[in-house]
Amino acid sequence: MSEKIATREAYGNALVALAEQYPDLVVLDADLSSATKTQGFSKAYPTRFFNMGIAEANMMGVAAGMATCGKMPFANTFAMFAAGRAWEQVRNSIAYPGLNVKVVGSHGGLSVGEDGATHQCIEDFAIMRAIPGMTVLCPCDGSEMAAATEALLNYDGPAYMRLGRLAVETVTDSIEGYHFELGKGVTLRDGSDVTIIANGMMVQAALKAAALLQAEGVQARVIDMHTIKPLDAALVLKAAAETGAIVTSEEANIIGGLGAAVCECVSENCPVPVVRHGVADIFGRSGKAEQVLAAYGLTPEGIADAARKAISKKK
Amino acid sequence: MEQNKIRELSIIAAKSRILGLDMVHRAASGHIGGSLSCMDIITMLYNGVMRIDPSNPQDPDRDRFVLSKGHCTPALYPVLAQRGFFPVEALEMFRRVDGHLSGHAEMKHVPGVDMSTGSLGQGISAAVGMAMAGKLNKKNYRVYTVLGDGEIAEGQVWEAFMAAAKYELDNLCAVIDVNGLQIDGKTADVMPTEPLDEKLEAFGWKVLKADGHDFGSLQEAFAEAKTVKAQPTVILAKTVKGKGVSYMENVAGWHGKAPNDAQYEQGKQELEAQLKELEAH
Ligand SMILES: Cc1ncc(C[n+]2csc(CCOP(=O)(O)OP(=O)(O)O)c2C)c(N)n1
Ligand SMILES: [Mg+2]
Repeated sequence: MSEKIATREAYGNALVALAEQYPDLVVLDADLSSATKTQGFSKAYPTRFFNMGIAEANMMGVAAGMATCGKMPFANTFAMFAAGRAWEQVRNSIAYPGLNVKVVGSHGGLSVGEDGATHQCIEDFAIMRAIPGMTVLCPCDGSEMAAATEALLNYDGPAYMRLGRLAVETVTDSIEGYHFELGKGVTLRDGSDVTIIANGMMVQAALKAAALLQAEGVQARVIDMHTIKPLDAALVLKAAAETGAIVTSEEANIIGGLGAAVCECVSENCPVPVVRHGVADIFGRSGKAEQVLAAYGLTPEGIADAARKAISKKK
Repeated sequence: MEQNKIRELSIIAAKSRILGLDMVHRAASGHIGGSLSCMDIITMLYNGVMRIDPSNPQDPDRDRFVLSKGHCTPALYPVLAQRGFFPVEALEMFRRVDGHLSGHAEMKHVPGVDMSTGSLGQGISAAVGMAMAGKLNKKNYRVYTVLGDGEIAEGQVWEAFMAAAKYELDNLCAVIDVNGLQIDGKTADVMPTEPLDEKLEAFGWKVLKADGHDFGSLQEAFAEAKTVKAQPTVILAKTVKGKGVSYMENVAGWHGKAPNDAQYEQGKQELEAQLKELEAH
């Protein structure tokens, strides 16, 4: 494990680093550039940055229009307002015509902390995933985020990507053979008793959970499923067949997100017990991010508990 | 307005500014700039304009208030506490995981809060709904709401403006906190909204102007709003973001940042000096 950096920070750095190479890249924001970390891009490339004010719905429509003229817009705001406020604009103006717009939602999940429930988007995976043809992703660390940003620039089509507020440990750079590919999960740790499939900052928690389980003699496989849609069904089914039990972990409502995607895949093709770990269909609340995460069980211990439960359901 | 009343209001606002700064410093997060800019407006509303009873916060006949710029709880909560809706000590629970005073305005858990807000642009619509229900139920309560000047870039705000004019909501009075700043800088640079007076007149609203830090000016505008018939009123209140703390005034960077200990001490000293000055006269 190496340096700690927030995925929003890594994303902002990547935009600047890739700007010359992708001259059609344009960046839009809705009065949150200091928080979403597009500010660096705005300073380095002022003519390719557009602050659209506190008007997210319009921003998505404008991005769609630019995409029809060959630009590659990345439209940024908090996850709550990108996926939530502007959902229908994303659905009808971006996804339906299949336009090359990247919708980027920063400050996803409960780790928003003090700002509280109105800003803690836990539904973005579910509602973005429900849109036909939408690619949905949530990278786990700075290194993966840089790769994901470049992959999105090379992908021609609508996508939603969630970024996190907190600085998180970089874990993927020390995984041998790690390679980022849209739509392909990565096995970070092998194991045969249960598989933990996680995304975002729950990946780091899953690795810690696996260490807790190891102390009990349980070998947990950990899969980093940065792309929720399209789901890497082959990797999920392999894990189902080989470990016989699955835990999904996400900083999101357990309804409709990564857990749901895995359940759909497994129950149709290789039924094994799946326990969904995440926010248990309740709203978030204000508090220091770590305390809020702990209050909702979004911890390594929470994942380990879910894993024990999944194992106990094995036939 | 009588000198005595101005003094009383100024003291409440000065105390609220201290409490608001305390809240944000203690929580190490929160929106202080915009709270200091709307402090006098909210103080005026709850202490001389609105018909409310802190011992009966759910009174169906009460006037309503919607903090459409829902991040400014460090203004609203201290004013509500001092007005007697809940103990001032409860402000210590602001933004705490074991508390009930969430970062953005919260109606389910905070006595006196009439609408949960925080997602900009939505509060004004709820205020329109409350005013429409008032007409429907033949109640004579009035509805007040405060919006940010960055917030009004939201299309929904203008949808609400149209609806309020259509339904001739003379029981609705909106205040726009014109502090000229939002998160990324000057409102004039991020998304220009002026000329607000002409735009709102064209939308069918009665437009009044006030100095948002002058209680006489504010009271006059609210009194005039009560006399307007068959159309909603908006008060364009000119304010200073960060008002009262010298290094925060007119600085966009103080939108949503907590002061460190040294900055807090300086701010607190300045605000306490202002309070002392008021109490001495
Ligand atoms: C829909 C929505 N988009 C973005 C935000 C994030 N945000 C919080 S406050 C703010 C700036 C508000 O500026 P303004 O309305 O002028 O308020 P004030 O200056 O009075 O604080 C932004 C962009 C939000 N809360 N809601
Ligand atoms: Mg403002």
